[in-house]
Amino acid sequence: MLESEYQEQNRFFLNMGPQHPSTHGVLLIVLEMEGEYVLDPQPVLGFIHRMHEKMGESRPCQSFMPNTARMDYVCALPYNHGYVSLIERKAGIEVPKRAEYIRVITSELNRVASHLLWLGAYLLDLGAFTPILYGFDDREHILDILESITGSRLTYCYYRFGGVYQDIDDKFIEATRAFIKRLRKRYVIYEKLVTKNIIFIKRAENIGIVSPDMALRYGMTGPNLRGSGIAYDVRKNEPYSVYPEFDFEIPVGEQGDCLDRYMVRVKEIEQSLRIIEQALDRLPDGPVRSKVPKNIKLTPGDCNFAVEAARGELSYYLVGDGTSTPYRLKVRVPSYSNLSCLPELGRGILLPDLVSILGSFDLVIPEIDR
Amino acid sequence: METISILPPELIRMVIAAVIIISFLFLNAIMMGYAERKIAGHVQRRPGPMEVGSHGILQMIIDGVKLVGKELLIPFNVDRTLFRVAPLLSFTPVILPLLVIPFSEKLQARDLNLGLIFIVTMGSVNVMALLVGGWGSNNKYSMFGAMRAVAQAIAYEIPILLSMLAVIFMCNTFSLKEIVGAQQNIWFVFLQPVAFLIYVVAGLAETNRAPFDLPEAESELTAGFHTEYSGMGFSLFFLGEYTNMFIVASVATVLFLGGWHGPHLPYGEYLGVVWFFLKVYLLLFLMIMVRWTYPRVRFDQLLNFAWKYLVPFSLVNLLITAVVVKL
Repeated sequence: MLESEYQEQNRFFLNMGPQHPSTHGVLLIVLEMEGEYVLDPQPVLGFIHRMHEKMGESRPCQSFMPNTARMDYVCALPYNHGYVSLIERKAGIEVPKRAEYIRVITSELNRVASHLLWLGAYLLDLGAFTPILYGFDDREHILDILESITGSRLTYCYYRFGGVYQDIDDKFIEATRAFIKRLRKRYVIYEKLVTKNIIFIKRAENIGIVSPDMALRYGMTGPNLRGSGIAYDVRKNEPYSVYPEFDFEIPVGEQGDCLDRYMVRVKEIEQSLRIIEQALDRLPDGPVRSKVPKNIKLTPGDCNFAVEAARGELSYYLVGDGTSTPYRLKVRVPSYSNLSCLPELGRGILLPDLVSILGSFDLVIPEIDR
Repeated sequence: METISILPPELIRMVIAAVIIISFLFLNAIMMGYAERKIAGHVQRRPGPMEVGSHGILQMIIDGVKLVGKELLIPFNVDRTLFRVAPLLSFTPVILPLLVIPFSEKLQARDLNLGLIFIVTMGSVNVMALLVGGWGSNNKYSMFGAMRAVAQAIAYEIPILLSMLAVIFMCNTFSLKEIVGAQQNIWFVFLQPVAFLIYVVAGLAETNRAPFDLPEAESELTAGFHTEYSGMGFSLFFLGEYTNMFIVASVATVLFLGGWHGPHLPYGEYLGVVWFFLKVYLLLFLMIMVRWTYPRVRFDQLLNFAWKYLVPFSLVNLLITAVVVKL
């Protein structure tokens, strides 16, 4: 038998997903494999497509608000934030300062919650069962805090055009400060349990190296891009809301492996806490909602607005036609671009490494499919 | 054995022992399952099972009843014979080693003069079960699990045997009873610490426990070799795993931790069993704690660890033991 024929015989396809424990949702990856080596991973999307963009084009822009939270349910507030800011830019609505501060505080809390969940889920992918429950424990506090003012725990619809739904109270501020103190203490546990664990380091170091060039080619954003050493963050590079008023850093990695992406996210939690602290200290007084006409007219022409979601750059693109219903609405989600480098990255690696890489990308599949 | 001559003749005695051992085996699985879930709960700062009985103590019995009541699903296109044989093959061989383990000076079903070899042989049959189950399931994930199980077992049986051999050198016998007897004054764990460590690490891998639970690595292979099993098919694998853990811990106790030796008790020749079980369950507690603390290693790392570290270390240890014994 020819050697090439022999090799052909040893190859087979493995369907990883859509109900696989480590694809985190309904993602299917068709793997061409030879033994435990992955030759060609091809992601297949579309299992949870819900036509959010089309829904946005078929109803008045106010009615689309709840949809934004359903795209990425792990970190929903930045999605709210992007959409309200887009309409405010388009319709020229002023937002009171206090409302912007509240938006920043709640968005950053949501980012911390998202990163905590990711930390647990990633470690679960690597076979450590315990950290996810520690992450959930901390995240639970954030959800309680957010529930007290937004009314929901996961799919928020808290921001409104021209402000937020309701003002925050002293109880909220107190609870947030207490949480920040608590989480800083918990760092020590995470550090001991995870970051210095030799098995974890062996599973993450030098695995799935994304070079800066490759990251840019695929349009990766967020912690995945920063892990490759490029300090791009919408909050710094294209400042929106009141982010320029806060002092925070953009953590970057060195070589772009899974460990770097892990470290970037862990450091980002601390930076988010810093932003929240500053915002709470300097919280201005005043109204939380400005007067907005009942029927918002979207002037003809296009408009774009980008925010930094927990997974990267999220941007809304809208074309108006003079009515209150957008003519075209396009959402650019970070996970889609982040996932797109998988076929190139996953060539010739072991199956457990593929799981590690997928986990380190922090994918939310409903966000990709929309 | 003239010591228990008041008891009925050999054959009946063996039957009684087998019945006791099988019932103990189920009891052990129930206790271990409960302990595992409770310890996991407390490690993860949650209470664990709480609903059925006081502090969920009856949870495992309810689960057992549920598993027995479930339909045995046989998927389409599988090798039906192999698929059905595998769980039995996993469960049966693990009963036999318990017949030769000396629980106390006089509580032992049969003292074989090749006891240790018997245990090792029976332990290896378990791998066969995983291979047969994985192969018979007609599922790629199961196949992966089966292949991993075989490679892992081959890699880790060698350090286990080598570390056992170090003890054999020191007491010149394969009979478990005599090995324990030789530890009257000092436990072998103090004379052979390296061999003990190697044995415990390799034992974790031998029983497919985290961080070496690669044949059933759930985040990679969904459930590995038992992906397609349900009901009693699954629970026999489960029973097999827990009994295997018990055997590995008992052998560690016999070889290194002085078996039934401990502070003096009345009727010591029978009640030594208390010390024996204390040591065994201490080791099992350690194994459970390790599982809920560490991430899983990668497969090539696992094999490298066996061939590059454990085997050479145990060989050197064996060499030193041989020289010292000779002197």
